[in-house]
Amino acid sequence: MKIEIRNGRVIDPASGFDQPASVYVADGRILGSGGAAQGVPAGFQPEAVIDATGCIVCPGLIDLSARLREPGFEYKATLESEMKAAAAGGVTRLVCPPDTDPPLDEPGLVEMLKHRARQPGFAHVHPLGALTVGLAGQRLTEMAELAEAGCIAFGQASVSIVDTQVLLRAMQYAATFGFPVWLQAQDAHLARNGVAHDGAVAARLGLAGIPVVAETVALATYLQLARETGARLHVRRLSSAAGLALIRAARADGLAVSCEVSINHLHLCDENIGFFDAHARLDPPLRSAADRAALAAGLADGGIDVLVSDHTPVDDDEKQLPFAEAETGATGLELLLPLTLKWAADSGVPLAAALARVTSEPARILGLERGCLKPGVPADLCVFDPAGRFTVSRERLRSQGKNTPFLGRELAGEVRYTLIDGHLAYAADGLA
Amino acid sequence: MPPLPPVTELIDRLAAQLRPHVTPATVLVGIHTGGVWVAEALHAALAPHGLATPLATIDVSFHRDDHHLGSGLRSGGRVSHLPDVADAHLVLVDDVLYTGRTIRAALNEIFDYGRPAKVELAVLVDRGGRELPIAATYCPHVLPAPLPASQSLDLARAADGTLSFSLREK
Amino acid sequence: MMGALNPQLNEHGELIHLLSLDGLSREMIHDILDRAAPFTEIAEREVKKVPLLRGKSVFNLFFENSTRTRTTFEIAAKRLSADVINLNINTSSAAKGESLLDTVDNLAAMQADMFVVRHASSGAPYLIAQHLAATGRNHIHVVNAGDGRHSHPTQGLLDMYTIRHYKQDFTRLTVAVVGDILHSRVARSQLHALATLGVPEIRLVGPKTLLPTAADRMIAGAPLRVCHDIADGLRGADVVMMLRLQNERMQGALLPSPQEYFKSYGLTPERLALAKPDAIVMHPGPMNRGVEIDSAVADGRQAVILPQVTFGIAVRMAVMSMLAGGGTQ
Repeated sequence: MKIEIRNGRVIDPASGFDQPASVYVADGRILGSGGAAQGVPAGFQPEAVIDATGCIVCPGLIDLSARLREPGFEYKATLESEMKAAAAGGVTRLVCPPDTDPPLDEPGLVEMLKHRARQPGFAHVHPLGALTVGLAGQRLTEMAELAEAGCIAFGQASVSIVDTQVLLRAMQYAATFGFPVWLQAQDAHLARNGVAHDGAVAARLGLAGIPVVAETVALATYLQLARETGARLHVRRLSSAAGLALIRAARADGLAVSCEVSINHLHLCDENIGFFDAHARLDPPLRSAADRAALAAGLADGGIDVLVSDHTPVDDDEKQLPFAEAETGATGLELLLPLTLKWAADSGVPLAAALARVTSEPARILGLERGCLKPGVPADLCVFDPAGRFTVSRERLRSQGKNTPFLGRELAGEVRYTLIDGHLAYAADGLA
Repeated sequence: MPPLPPVTELIDRLAAQLRPHVTPATVLVGIHTGGVWVAEALHAALAPHGLATPLATIDVSFHRDDHHLGSGLRSGGRVSHLPDVADAHLVLVDDVLYTGRTIRAALNEIFDYGRPAKVELAVLVDRGGRELPIAATYCPHVLPAPLPASQSLDLARAADGTLSFSLREK
Repeated sequence: MMGALNPQLNEHGELIHLLSLDGLSREMIHDILDRAAPFTEIAEREVKKVPLLRGKSVFNLFFENSTRTRTTFEIAAKRLSADVINLNINTSSAAKGESLLDTVDNLAAMQADMFVVRHASSGAPYLIAQHLAATGRNHIHVVNAGDGRHSHPTQGLLDMYTIRHYKQDFTRLTVAVVGDILHSRVARSQLHALATLGVPEIRLVGPKTLLPTAADRMIAGAPLRVCHDIADGLRGADVVMMLRLQNERMQGALLPSPQEYFKSYGLTPERLALAKPDAIVMHPGPMNRGVEIDSAVADGRQAVILPQVTFGIAVRMAVMSMLAGGGTQ
C-alpha cells in the first residue's frame, strides 16, 4: 500500500531534516520525504492520504524499557493491552526487560514472546535476555542461544548480582560475543529494605531510605568491570546526579558507556511522594530535586543518551497498599512523548534534539538503523499534534496499568496516528 | 418584651427568696458562664447570713446533648469545681431558664461526682419555652409570655463588673 | 498527585482525622491541649465517664500488636461512653490474605464511627483516610495510633501537654530528644509539634546509625541541631525526651551492645546534672532501664513519666471527642 502523509512538519532527528513536507510510504517502508521543492517521487500514486496539518511527523518512538508483563503477569497487563498503549503513545519499537515469570532466561521463552508480538499493528519487540539463570545472580544464561532467539542485550532487570565474581564472569562472557550488558546500578545491600530516597522527605515521612551511594557504589563497580572486561555497558534507570557524574568521568576517561533516565526521574523528585502516594513508589526511588535537575540537564547535554518510559503496569491491588508495601513502577508508554515534549519546553531543548532522545539515540544504542526516516527503513512513524492537550486519567490510559504519579496532570502532545511497518496501528479518530 | 427590672434588683429579690432556706452547709453551684456571675453576687449577699461554704462552679460541656448539631466541645480548659456532693444540699444557679437542657446537663454532671441529698434551682429570669419537665425553685421574674425562639436573652458583664441583660435576634 | 489536600483536614481546614502533627497549626495544637485539660479531672470523679461519644462505635484496628497503646485508647473511648471493639488484625484477616482496604470496608459496613489504627507501615492510616474519602465515607474518623516510623500523633500531643503543664512557655525552651530517632515515630511527632509550638532549640542526640541521614533537615525550617555527644545534647536543656531503644536494633549492625549504648547514651544522674536543675525527663514507655535510662533517673524527682501516662488518656479523650463528638469550633 502506498501512503502519503502530507501537510505536516517532518522532523527526522537522525538527518537533521526539519521542514514542512510529505512522507511517502510504499510496501511498509519509507520511500522518501520531501517538501514542495523536492516533489513527489516519480510514479508515486498514494492509495491513502493522511492529513498531518498542524502536526509533526517523526520516526516512531523507541522505548528501551517497557514491561509487557508476559509471560507470567497477565493479571497486571497483557501483550494486547500494552501494545495498544504503545501504539497510542507513538511507540513503535521497544525493549522489554527480562523480569517476567519465568524470567527471559531460555530461548524458548524469548521465541514465544517474539512470536506473540509479531502481529500487524504491534510494536517491534526486542527482549532483553536474563544475564543469569532465573535472574538469581549465580549461573550464566545461554547468551549465544538467547541472542539467536532475538535478545538484543543482556541484563538483570532490577535484580542486582550480589556476587561480584559472577558479575565479572557474566561481563567477560558477554564481551566475548560482543553482547551489550544493560544493568541498573543499585547495590542490593545498601538498598535493602529501602523504599524511598534517603533524604529529608524519607526522614520526615519515616520511610526507610535508599541512599545515593547504593547507586554510585554499584555503578563504580560496573564501570571498573566494563573497563576490565571490555563489555559494552548500558546503565539503565539512572537516578542521581552523583551517578551521572561517575558516567561522565568514565567517558572522559575513554570508556564507551551509555545510559538512560526514565520519564519519572526526569520530571519528579521525592517531594512528589506527597502524602504517601504509592504511585510515586518507584525503582530506583525518586531522588532529590537537585538530582532531578542534574538528570534533566544531563539529558539535554548528552550526558544521558536516552529517555525511556520505564513502563511498568501494576494492578490496583498491588498499589492500594501502604507506601512501603506497594509494588514499584509506573505505567508510561502513553506518557513518553508528552513528557519528552514537556522536558524540551522546560529545558529549552530544540524539538528535533529532544525527539532524538526517543528515536535515533535509542536506535544507536540498539545498533539498528531505525528511528529515522531514511528511505528503505520500515515505515514506523508517529504523527502528533504538539499543541493537543489532555489530562492524564485512568479512563484515557489504554494500558492495563492505571498507575502513574502523573494522574490528573495536564500534558501537551497528542498522538494522532501511529504507523508500524506502514500499517496504521493507531488513529486518534478511531479509524485504525 | 416589657423592660426587665435592673439586674441588681433581681439579684436582691433572688437572695431574699433564698435566705430562709440557706444553711451553713448549703452549696451554691454557678453554671458557666452567666450563672457563675449570678452565683458570685448571691454568695456575697448570703455569706453574712450563714452561708459558710465556698462557691462551686459547673461546666456542662461534657453533658450537652447538642454535639451532633455541630456546637462541639468548647475549649478553654474550664472544668467543674465541685466539693464532695454526696448528701449535700446544692442550689444550682443560672441566669436564664429556657429549654431546661442546660439544667439537665448540669444534673448529669453533678451525679458524676456523687449523690446529693437535695438539688434546687435558682435563676434570675424564666423566659419560658421549656422542652424538659424542669422548674425553678427560686425565681424573682417570670416573663408574662414566652420569648420567641428567634430571640436570645443574654447576661453580660461589663469591665467594672456590672451585670446587664440584652435581648437580641439570633 | 502532588499538592493534594492534607487528608486530615476538610475543605474548611478543620480536623477530621488525626494522622500526623505535620501540618497542624500552633493554634490547633494549643486548642487540642486546651480541650484535654478538663478531661484530666474526670478520672478523679466517682463516675469516670462522660457521654460525649455515647452510642458511637470506636474500632481499635491494630495491625501491629501493642497492648499498652490499645489500652490507653480503649480507656479514653470508654470514658467518653463509646462502644469499643478491639481487633488484632495481624492474627486474623491479614493472615487470611485479606487486604487492608478490604478489612476497612468490612468494618465500615458495620457502622463504625472511628478507626484507631496501629500499623507497621508508615502512611497506612493515610491510605485508609484517603480510601474513606474516595468512597464518600468521610464521616468515619481515623486516629493514627502509630504507623511504622512515621507518626504517633497522640503520643506527641500528650508529650506537649506534659511540657506545657510543667514549663508553660514553649518559646523559651531547649529540648533534647535522645536515642533512636531514625526508627522512632514518637520522635517525628515530637519534632513536628516542638517546631510548630516555637521551641527555639531542638537537639537530636544519638549515634549516626540511629539518626536519619538528613536529620538536621528532616523538618523544614525547624531549629534542629544534631549532637553525637550526649553531654553537648543535655547541657542547659529544659526538657529531656528519651526514646525507647527497641531490642531488635541490637541484631543488625546499628549498635554493638546495650551495654555500650548505655555507656555512651544512657541517661544517668551525672549526665542529667548537665541539664538545667529544673529540667524534666520524659519517656514514652515502656522503658529499658539500664539501656537508655538509669533507674535513679527514671524514678527520680525530675521524671514526669507517670504523669505522661495520665495526661495521655485526657489527650486521647480530647482528640476523640473533637473528631467524633461534633464540630471543631
